Amino acid sequence: MSSEKIIQHSEAAAKFNKDVERVNWHDETLWFVRAKRDKSAHQINDWELLRETASKIKANVLSNIHDYLVEFEANAQKNGIIVHWAADAKEHNEIVHSIMAKHDVKQMVKSKSMLTEECHLNDYLAEKGIEVIDSDLGEYIVQLRKEPPSHIVLPAIHLKKEDVSETFHEHLGTEKGNFDPQYLTESARHSLRNTFLTRKAALTGVNFAIAETGEFVVCTNEGNADMGAHLADVHIACMGFEKLIPQRRHLGVFLRLLARSATGQPITTFSSHFKKPRDGKELHIVIVDNGRSKQLGREDFRNSLKCIRCGACMNTCPVYRRSGGHSYHNAVAGPIGSILAPNLDMSKNADLPFASTLCGSCTNVCPVKIDIHDQLYKWRQVLVKDGYTPKAKTIAMKTMAAVLANPTIFNIAGKSGRFVMKNVPSMVNNKMNKWYDQREMPDVPEQSFREWYKKNSRESKAKDNEQ
Amino acid sequence: MSSKAEILNRIKLNQPDLVTDLPDLSLLGSEDFDILETYKTVLKGIGGDPVEVSDYSEIINYIKSNYNLQKRLITTLPELSEIASLDWNNVDPHSLQDVELTVVKAHFGVAENSALWVTDDILGQRISPFIAQYLAIIVHKNDIVRTMQQAYERIGNQEYGFGTFIAGPSKTADIEQSLVLGAHGARGLIVFLLD
Repeated sequence: MSSEKIIQHSEAAAKFNKDVERVNWHDETLWFVRAKRDKSAHQINDWELLRETASKIKANVLSNIHDYLVEFEANAQKNGIIVHWAADAKEHNEIVHSIMAKHDVKQMVKSKSMLTEECHLNDYLAEKGIEVIDSDLGEYIVQLRKEPPSHIVLPAIHLKKEDVSETFHEHLGTEKGNFDPQYLTESARHSLRNTFLTRKAALTGVNFAIAETGEFVVCTNEGNADMGAHLADVHIACMGFEKLIPQRRHLGVFLRLLARSATGQPITTFSSHFKKPRDGKELHIVIVDNGRSKQLGREDFRNSLKCIRCGACMNTCPVYRRSGGHSYHNAVAGPIGSILAPNLDMSKNADLPFASTLCGSCTNVCPVKIDIHDQLYKWRQVLVKDGYTPKAKTIAMKTMAAVLANPTIFNIAGKSGRFVMKNVPSMVNNKMNKWYDQREMPDVPEQSFREWYKKNSRESKAKDNEQ
Repeated sequence: MSSKAEILNRIKLNQPDLVTDLPDLSLLGSEDFDILETYKTVLKGIGGDPVEVSDYSEIINYIKSNYNLQKRLITTLPELSEIASLDWNNVDPHSLQDVELTVVKAHFGVAENSALWVTDDILGQRISPFIAQYLAIIVHKNDIVRTMQQAYERIGNQEYGFGTFIAGPSKTADIEQSLVLGAHGARGLIVFLLD
């Protein structure tokens, strides 16, 4: 367990919300992406059947993943791919470094891989004197700013073009004050083209790995994974083991869902299938566990391993949209991140399952039908039971439970509550009470429902009449 | 114990006891629409340009009038030797950095998303469609399938070292969700729809 101070989601979100205009913009921008997803999904008659099918394929994968992994490795090796297994983040990083060291290569170009974010690969390699350049434009921007990505699909969604302009002015020497996205993208294209042409090692993520054929698929819009991989002598692809699917034809289901769910595009520009290395070149796959096998054993949470990382649950989430990806202090933010993170470290991430209204919108848009909001609710129960939630909350909850369990205490508590709120509101309406943050309390009623019912129910009226 | 054995052991212990069935895929991909019209509409929607042609001479004429022939044009199609070079299959891929236009022919296209399926045997080199400033792909009109469902039926057990679906020009919207064509790969994509 790390001793570094984690800023709780609610605290980070409060900071994010100080700039009202920017929060509104962030909220609307992500909702715009969600709306594009809807439009795109509604054009497919099969949409719901596709989701159901994808979910069933992934359920089959999770129930048989041992055999699929063995099959995948054997087929990949037949194809000439070198397969590595990493139990945790540390081993993953060591394997990647050992490949770099074997070839005596000090520079790497990387395309988007949330797994390497999860493992903090860049920091590890930097310590070993290896320079990593992230080539996805959004990741490139946040890397220059020394920030983590705030979204798995749209890494720089928290930034405005003015921010990017300043960053590029500082690092790439672009014109100060020129924040035309076309101009800024063109500048990055030139800079990164030089990177692609000079790097001997390329690292990519993996969207899908196919047991039947030993190949894997990488999806990008920019073409950065391909530019890196096809020009390098060594291509390292890193994947969590849950990226496996049984057969090639199952890609027909997932590729129809992925981009439509992510950005509303009918498909990503490139869906590249890597089966064999180029002649004389090396192709490595690192299969990573890092807590996934543990999550597989948690019956209530194993479905989270179905995730194909489209980001739809983030774009639709009212809490994510108004708190920003960084407030989740985890490589994967938003609703799905909040059910993956506690598995990695319960004490560090105990706040995340509470960063939700449980509205269920995430579950409704998930292309593989993960019961995200149910799992958030279940994590809360696990975390409270195991003592990972803040003391004040635990005491409040226990008190509440005692009050609700005993009618007499409940009655007294209600009466005194109404009295206090009416006569000494400052006792509850103060900074100590989180419920008063951005909330107005309603007027205090004269009587409780119970008291009203006693007076007005048919029985009590009948009683009154008898008297 | 090696990490592999350790991981596989843990997985075996933790995966559900019952293996659930794989779903039936035959119900998918039954959408009904005009294949060619849909293909063209979707391609335009994602920034590509469909051009209908009846033969290779029309393609040559189109390229002659739309691209600078003084620049480096490459192809894997002998039919286009008049305007593009064919002798680059074995060069260092880095040396293709100055290519202005790559022209290749796809195995087939997919109407629902305008993607084109290409593999390394028809790409010459894997980098060729990515490194060029512009890309043109030829596909026969009767080689367009309806959805990805039919696409993978068609690919079947095809053997390749590398294959990719290409749908439109390379693009990004990473700066404030503003769409910019030409991120790292081709800035434009012409799809020649051949009779």
